[in-house]
Amino acid sequence: MANAILFDSTKCIGCRACEGACAEKNGNPYNDSIAAQEKISAHKLTTIQTKGEKYIRRMCMHCLEPACASACPVGALTKTAAGPVTYDPNKCMGCRYCMTACGFGAPAYEWNARLPLLRKCDMCSERQKAGKPTACTEACPNEATMFGEREAMITLARKRMAENPTGYHARIYGLEEAGGTSVLMISDVPVESLGMPANLAGVTLPALTWRALETIPSLVSVGSVLLGGIYWITHRRAEVAKEEGRKS
Amino acid sequence: MTVRSAFTFWKLVFYALCAAGIYSTYLRVTGGLGAVTNLSDQFPWGLWIGFDVLCGVGLAAGGFTLVAAVHIFNLEKYKPVLRPAVLTAFLGYLLVVLGLMFDLGQPQRIWHPLIMWNPHSVMFEVGWCVTLYTTVLFLEFCPAVLEKFRLHTPLRWFHAISVPLMIAGVILSTLHQSSLGSLYLLVPHKLDKLWYTPYMPLFFFTSAVAVGMAMTIFESWHSSKAFGRALEKPILAGLARVLVVVQSTYFAMRLMDLTNRKAWGLLAQSRPETWLFLLELTLIGLPLIFLYQEKVRNNPRALYWSSLLVLFGFITNRMNISLTGIERASGVSYFPKWTEIAVTLFIIALGFSLFRLAVKYLPVFQEPGVEEIGSPRARELRRTIAA
Ligand code: SF4
Ligand code: SF4
Ligand code: SF4
Repeated sequence: MANAILFDSTKCIGCRACEGACAEKNGNPYNDSIAAQEKISAHKLTTIQTKGEKYIRRMCMHCLEPACASACPVGALTKTAAGPVTYDPNKCMGCRYCMTACGFGAPAYEWNARLPLLRKCDMCSERQKAGKPTACTEACPNEATMFGEREAMITLARKRMAENPTGYHARIYGLEEAGGTSVLMISDVPVESLGMPANLAGVTLPALTWRALETIPSLVSVGSVLLGGIYWITHRRAEVAKEEGRKS
Repeated sequence: MTVRSAFTFWKLVFYALCAAGIYSTYLRVTGGLGAVTNLSDQFPWGLWIGFDVLCGVGLAAGGFTLVAAVHIFNLEKYKPVLRPAVLTAFLGYLLVVLGLMFDLGQPQRIWHPLIMWNPHSVMFEVGWCVTLYTTVLFLEFCPAVLEKFRLHTPLRWFHAISVPLMIAGVILSTLHQSSLGSLYLLVPHKLDKLWYTPYMPLFFFTSAVAVGMAMTIFESWHSSKAFGRALEKPILAGLARVLVVVQSTYFAMRLMDLTNRKAWGLLAQSRPETWLFLLELTLIGLPLIFLYQEKVRNNPRALYWSSLLVLFGFITNRMNISLTGIERASGVSYFPKWTEIAVTLFIIALGFSLFRLAVKYLPVFQEPGVEEIGSPRARELRRTIAA
């Protein structure tokens, strides 16, 4: 029973209530000039981007198999059973591999802090525990951002599509992308044309590094035996040579 | 220029680099990464990761290749260059750690991966390799210090643990060199198709072995200039022979990989990536033409320049993967701020001067003493030879 967010671009009116609610919930400043920054950053964990007449929402997608969590050397990022990918600021050492790994440009860094931390949407994990929807969902006046169980969100998306087949591009973004995400998106055009990454369909990033990491135990054991064996042979030969040298 | 004025010139350069480096360090500590780097959320890894870490670790690869050659494969011939190679590796790793202290957002938590585990992370593997292998290199270099102070008892302990230590060292660096390539396996969506290949771990490893040899030749040349030592000509020619074989293998694998991935067509596009990629391939391939000639291998100057080409090819490759190949997907353009460059040059300058100091005061280039064996008979033998 993992939760998800559904963003429906056709219903978004660009009011940015979600941005404001997110800032408030996360203790970030919010004003007109910040509203105008259509970019995720350490003080703006979600943003609405204007694409002509349309709007698209950017935030952490809470991947089902998050690249960031697999990248983090200290396990500061975790995919929770409830859906959110959470961050533990007490573990993070600031290597920024998670930022390199994420295909959605979601994690942001406190570049101007002396001891910076990562900032990232955590899908209101604490609110969820208290049985509440995310702050952005609560703020949205037009049902463009919806929250609930992932299955229910998929059903809702399909229902909206079925009720208005001409109004939607018939694909849910996030079913396949990066191995599936807990933020789903629908629109009347492919969301890729609104700036969502197009190169993540059907790729599960963590599997790519795991394939290499998997080989370590055998590399170490076979390697030690092999090197030990070579050592033994080469030095044995030297000893034999020495012995024979002494005899003659 | 006389020898004396040349010497003061380099001294001045050194002090200037230190001054710029220390000033940048001050800015880094007080103002954070934003004050001294051009990094951003879109481009979170820059020069410090691309050069200080990726190149630094690679250039230290001479240590493990020579340990393997001399101790495990018992190629005694290369013993005279073993210690300088181990010293380079040890200093190299210390400087990589120093570089990380600049780059990590929370440098005081550099030890976290040791107790907070995530075996699914390549960075976790990298962290462990850096820690363990730096320790191994320290232990491998210890005998030079102990010999200097004639501490025979601990020397014997080192001798007792040396074989497992060496094997561990070779395995750890194999893992470490290749894991730096594995880091980039996670970013097929960011790294340009010219470079992204599932064989990156293998390529990182192979090129590191080659550059390890090149580095050994490079520093033998420089230290023979600096200390008026005779150059170990036949040894270097032998190393060059191994170098050319490894480098050819690497070059051939790179070309085959391009063919297998059907990536040659990408070169038809005229973009900066193409030119830098071609530059890289040229720098990797060109030294082969020289090094296959025996007269080049036996001519120290020609050999030196060929090794330098290998070094440049290696550095270009690492910079291409970490910077050039990532830039387009990031959507921003990145060029290091002067303070980033200052810190990098500062670290390199530190490396050179530490190496000089160690060579001056410790038995690095001497034939490792017969004393190393530690038996009374050996010491006696040494005295007889000395007399
Ligand atoms: S979108 Fe990025 S930060 Fe969010 S869970 Fe996926 S990989 Fe992690
Ligand atoms: S920056 Fe922090 S959260 Fe991100 S991978 Fe590194 S340690 Fe983990
Ligand atoms: S609150 Fe809803 S309608 Fe307003 S910008 Fe956010 S998603 Fe769009």
